[in-house]
Amino acid sequence: MSEFLQVKDLKIHFPTDDGLVRSVDGLTFSLDRGKTLGIVGESGSGKSVTSLGILGLHKGRGADISGEIWLDGEELVSASQEHVRGLRGKKMSMIFQDPLSSMHPFYTVGDQIIEAYRIHHKVSKAVAKKHAVDMLGRVGIPEPQRRVDSYPHEFSGGMRQRAMIAMALSCDPELLIADEPTTALDVTVQAQILDLMLDLQREFDSALIIITHDLGVVAELSDDILVMYAGKCIEYGTADDIFYRPEHPYTWGLLGSMPRLDREPTERLLPIKGSPPSLINVPPGCAFHPRCPYAEKSGEKAKTEVPALAETEGGHLVRCHLDRAERRELWDNEIKPVLETQ
Amino acid sequence: MLLFVVSITTFAIFFLVPRLAGMSADDLASRYVGKAANAEVIHDTAIRLGFYDPILVQYGRFVQGVFVGVERNYGPGVELCPAPCLGYSYITQNPVLPDLLNRLPITLSLALGAAVVWVIFGVATGVVSALRRGSFFDRAAMGIALAGVSLPIFFTGIISLAIFRDQLGLVGDVADWVAFTEDPFVWANNLILPWVTLAFLYAAGYARLTRAGMLETMSEDYIRTARAKGLPERVVVLKHGLRATLTPVLTMFGLDLGLLLGGAVLTESTFSLPGIGKYAVDAIGNNDLPQVMGVTLVAATFIILANLIVDLLYAVVDPRVRLA
Repeated sequence: MSEFLQVKDLKIHFPTDDGLVRSVDGLTFSLDRGKTLGIVGESGSGKSVTSLGILGLHKGRGADISGEIWLDGEELVSASQEHVRGLRGKKMSMIFQDPLSSMHPFYTVGDQIIEAYRIHHKVSKAVAKKHAVDMLGRVGIPEPQRRVDSYPHEFSGGMRQRAMIAMALSCDPELLIADEPTTALDVTVQAQILDLMLDLQREFDSALIIITHDLGVVAELSDDILVMYAGKCIEYGTADDIFYRPEHPYTWGLLGSMPRLDREPTERLLPIKGSPPSLINVPPGCAFHPRCPYAEKSGEKAKTEVPALAETEGGHLVRCHLDRAERRELWDNEIKPVLETQ
Repeated sequence: MLLFVVSITTFAIFFLVPRLAGMSADDLASRYVGKAANAEVIHDTAIRLGFYDPILVQYGRFVQGVFVGVERNYGPGVELCPAPCLGYSYITQNPVLPDLLNRLPITLSLALGAAVVWVIFGVATGVVSALRRGSFFDRAAMGIALAGVSLPIFFTGIISLAIFRDQLGLVGDVADWVAFTEDPFVWANNLILPWVTLAFLYAAGYARLTRAGMLETMSEDYIRTARAKGLPERVVVLKHGLRATLTPVLTMFGLDLGLLLGGAVLTESTFSLPGIGKYAVDAIGNNDLPQVMGVTLVAATFIILANLIVDLLYAVVDPRVRLA
């Protein structure tokens, strides 16, 4: 167990009246201390379910969870709820998407940080409060002494997200998961928050998972990127792999639908056709085949056989029926020129 | 302000409606003399009660009594009714206010005791039901709650009297009022049945309200955050979940309590408790305007006070209200 976090064949399924929802279906990845993993995908691809799953928040809530999650040598899927609860907040913690609805409206920001700190540290309220003021100062909130007694609604959006980060970091977690940390924020504030998270990550040497649908965010932060589609990993590699040598048609689609400043304003984005599949009726074979412009190239196999996640080179994994040479050719000759000229 | 509207309305209903129906002042007065009274006595009574004065003068006299007190000629002499004077009963000739004040502790005991019972049971049931949605407990509790909302107090009251007092002899005769200061044990023992019956009616509503609120609150993002912090589930539910659910419960509680302090009419009648509600029923039965006016004003005052307190408490409970 050299890696700090290892997820092996993680499956999180929810039985519902309409059928089994396969939110996460066989996900494997690992992450070291001080490294950042970006998980990218459309809404409903299972990103958030994965992160809540690592924190153990699906336990005892009617979800079928299988596979293994190793955190610092401990297996979490089979661990008791109570044990995982003890790790939550201390060893691993999470920053949520919308800081307004994610903070309790009736308690002050300080109280909420104090609460998080005191669950895992037996200290007096006064000591915890000092720590809360400290944390608020560290995430760049001006006048933390005064702001510690404010309520979340008295903060601006960016301040709230900073407070949320302060709360998540209050116990020096070794694994930090940020679920769409900047979606609810202004673009100018987004950059500040991302910088802040990187700084703090370096300071604490923690492992960071950033979950987002915004490739721009992961481009800036991540060492590795995992692209998810319909609960499965369809491409995994370093940030360079994903941005400069992507091999999966879905990743090409994501790159094509990313707005860029250097593009001519008259040019249109290249959206991916269709919509993400329902996780109850995942298309047979390759889950992406109904939307894939190159599906015919692999014939019937696309509809009948689930492609394996295969290594192309040095840790770059792709789940696609097309053979590697063909993918390379398509990227070099058809996709890349279009993306670049635009 | 609202009290003026209430008093004018009560006044108007009492005086204008019979007049519109063609009753004369003497006809009105005839209710307040003996059956054998002759026309002259009736006429004298009508004059004495002031029925021949213009209605505005009558109302003015009432208002004057409330604010500065009023003098009354009761035949043999003149008597001063001091400042908050709600007038004198037409029937018993007793001043209304002391009567009401004497009965207030009874209604207060009934309402507050029942309130404690229903808040504890209602909210607790609601919380457990919400957490175990769809379980046997949830279904049973919501079924009973439906019964609680639907069954009238004179049904549950009489049934419980028959069982617990008459058959089992577990409680005393509730009609014998014993003040708390006299003997707290007997006081509680006498009141337990009215408390429980009244609370049953209200607890049902609170259970449903709490359950609905908890179901909503527990799916909020901040509950997920609380869990992600590693809080024990008990703290998540009680500190984070229940706190947010209590706001609507508090509103309802204020209104219900205010209403009850103005007299739990059905409960008091069912259990023959000589409280304000019973007083109101008797007053209406006797067409005794000053008593009716008194009860109405006291009840309205309680409701207004309760509303005011709820509004103030909002600011305590919900920090988002404080800014305004």
